[in-house]
Amino acid sequence: MFPSRIWRESKHRYRLEAGKCTKCGKVVFPYRLICPVCGHREFEKVILPETGKLLTYSIIRVAPSQFTDQAPYAIGIAELENGVRLLAQVADCEVDDIKVGMDVRIEFRRVQTDSHHGVLSYGYKFVPKWY
Amino acid sequence: MVGIVGYGAHLPRHRIKVEEIAKTWGADAPSYKKGLMLKEKSVPPPDTDTITLSVEATKNALRRAGKLDPADIGAVYIGSESHPYAVKPSGTVVAEAIGAVPDIHCADYEFACKAGSEAMFVCLGLVKSGYIKYGLAIGADTSQGAPSDALEYSAAAGAAAFIMGGENVIAEALHTYSYMTDTPDFWRREYEFYPQHGGRFTGEPAYFKHTLGAARGIMERAGATAKDITYAVFHQPNGKFPLRAGKTLGFSKEQIEPGLLSPTLGNTYSGASPIGLTSILDVAKPGDTIMMVSYGSGAGSDAFIWKVTERINEVRDSAVRTRKLLDENLTYIDYGTYAKFRHKIRKNE
Repeated sequence: MFPSRIWRESKHRYRLEAGKCTKCGKVVFPYRLICPVCGHREFEKVILPETGKLLTYSIIRVAPSQFTDQAPYAIGIAELENGVRLLAQVADCEVDDIKVGMDVRIEFRRVQTDSHHGVLSYGYKFVPKWY
Repeated sequence: MVGIVGYGAHLPRHRIKVEEIAKTWGADAPSYKKGLMLKEKSVPPPDTDTITLSVEATKNALRRAGKLDPADIGAVYIGSESHPYAVKPSGTVVAEAIGAVPDIHCADYEFACKAGSEAMFVCLGLVKSGYIKYGLAIGADTSQGAPSDALEYSAAAGAAAFIMGGENVIAEALHTYSYMTDTPDFWRREYEFYPQHGGRFTGEPAYFKHTLGAARGIMERAGATAKDITYAVFHQPNGKFPLRAGKTLGFSKEQIEPGLLSPTLGNTYSGASPIGLTSILDVAKPGDTIMMVSYGSGAGSDAFIWKVTERINEVRDSAVRTRKLLDENLTYIDYGTYAKFRHKIRKNE
């Protein structure tokens, strides 16, 4: 991943910053300029909740080069407590133990490593909520 | 009153047992378990490093700090000997992740295993002098131990974060004291992957001289004996050294065990005594006093005496307790998985 993209996306990748439309209340993640529901252009900053439920997932067994050490792993969509849905890797869990409907928590993890020399990319992953 | 206004720890869930490492290298597991008092250690998976552990520990510290606005944090210092980058700070990522940028001072610290307590010391000083309102001090490591070396049985991963401030203090810093000499007991040269150490030289003239020197120095300044202090936590490279240091100073097992995590956690280097302190704060009562003494090879120790306030009862359960992270939801891995996680196997890129 290019350093410029990491820098550009750090607010939502690092601290789950989203935008809440000041007219209709739609929460958009990542942040947008125009509300997809009402076309309004003003948003207030909100931070997404860190817990939710896993809605669906897919297991990756043949991974892209930067993820081969982690295969097999799951990519899932979870619905957070405020209804926002987001896509992330499901970490800290054997792929056979993943279940639709399981409670998940968001943790800050290293998302990908651009070879031995490149920049490190950080962001959010789901982990099973066990406490 | 200046002291800790929020604290938190984070540990990876993966563990490897001493028997599994010993089996690989043909070593005698019972002698390691008895000699070093180690049963198992934490292992960071490939997506976990000093930065990610620091962010999660800091989030727990913020939960216990109540309504503190991260933008009011004026300094972030991370002590570690496993910063993910050789050149590029770890603290910038942590500050960005908690929303403490851009009005903040940042530095990464190194002093072998006492880099975390250095960060605590400097944050306390900056808050006390009025330069900053709050300071974030972190001790975190994903420690390296060469394959088959004695260090491989202990080198572990974990982080502790402390927010220092002057309002809503959980534990007041009553005294601080540092003790340091030039003692080359453990080192890692540039471009080397694993550290080297002086074997038994790491004991008496290194760990014990500095740990006991700092402990005696701060107890003398406080006019306190072991009986006047409720709990003590020392740097814990294994299970044996901190118990022996405590016994030498007159502390009982009951005063040391709440903060002694190394038998099942391993040595979390810069995180070791700071994580032990979080475990003590999890059980301490208002009015209790805690002595913390770190040790970093090279060599030196930082000592603190903390006095727990009434606020501990309000905030303690705002975040997960350290013993819970240590004892529950664990995944045991074999040596092959461990070698993969710790990048001990050379691959083509």
